[in-house]
Amino acid sequence: MNFTDIQIERYSRHIILKDVGVEGQIKLLEGKVLVVGAGGLGSPAALYLAAAGVGTIGIIDNDVVDITNLQRQIIHTTPDINRPKVISAKEKIEKINPDVKVKTYHELLTTDNINDIFSEYDFILDGTDNFPTKFLINDACVLSGKSFSHGGIIKFDGQTMTYTPGNTCYRCVFNSPPPKGLVPSCSQAGVLGSVAGILGTIQATEALKYLTGIGELLTNRFLIFNALSMSFRSVHFNRNENCPVCGINPTITELKLEEMPVCDL
Amino acid sequence: MKIKVNGKDQSIQKNAVSISDLLKLNKVESIEMVSVQLNGNFIDKKIFDKISLKENDELDFLYFMGGGEK
Ligand SMILES: [Zn+2]
Repeated sequence: MNFTDIQIERYSRHIILKDVGVEGQIKLLEGKVLVVGAGGLGSPAALYLAAAGVGTIGIIDNDVVDITNLQRQIIHTTPDINRPKVISAKEKIEKINPDVKVKTYHELLTTDNINDIFSEYDFILDGTDNFPTKFLINDACVLSGKSFSHGGIIKFDGQTMTYTPGNTCYRCVFNSPPPKGLVPSCSQAGVLGSVAGILGTIQATEALKYLTGIGELLTNRFLIFNALSMSFRSVHFNRNENCPVCGINPTITELKLEEMPVCDL
Repeated sequence: MKIKVNGKDQSIQKNAVSISDLLKLNKVESIEMVSVQLNGNFIDKKIFDKISLKENDELDFLYFMGGGEK
């Protein structure tokens, strides 16, 4: 592909990076990333992916913007209240960068649509808030050989890992969703808004690294941070041979949504 | 004896401290909300009671965390 003069200017701070350069920027412009959930994690992630010039960004979210979202979901603004999050997100992305093609899915991710949707993308960014969907994303990626970034936040804490085929998956670490009501959601326990920004931005960085093929991804390790002590820890996690989806004797061979919602919202 | 929990040194009683005991010591309310790695291997929750910790064991607790949609 050929860059226009305007593109060379727009992406000049990427292009002068030795590890990115023209080739890396072309990979980004040809890259396709799906952001699952235009919420606390998906908002900052989508904004940075857009600014970076990721050529195709998919956004899936069945929700509308609520006033309680605005404390951290920075892709949405006050006039967006009651509007579908995917529409609000698409408008912001297009304003930031007309190079980006945005595909919106105003629906829930389900066992029926997940494979069709995922097949259109190079990388999946999980910004969902519920465990059944988190496990579904993991299983779909493991079974179809797709890479994704997991992200989780609560209160002042965040965690993220990146899965690529052959490496530790989310189920290697967490066998199955927690019992209903045990793990509080952000609406129950609260979350510092900027913590979502830190985590979502790390996830976007992983997507950009994946597309350009630079650096070391967060594979086989979890990055865990606490904003109060402002400490980051990267913990190595080996693959689990008893993992129900990628272990020696997998019990999950087809997709199934495990009905254990994180809370009664 | 000394062990390492989440990268930090922790002193515990020498005798018969299981993973379950350690979780209680560290005020983890429920074993269902945490995943435990001992010296690089995941430990099945069913045997948290049965594993006695040894000097210099390294453990990592990893908690479930959702996203920020709601
Ligand atoms: Zn696995």
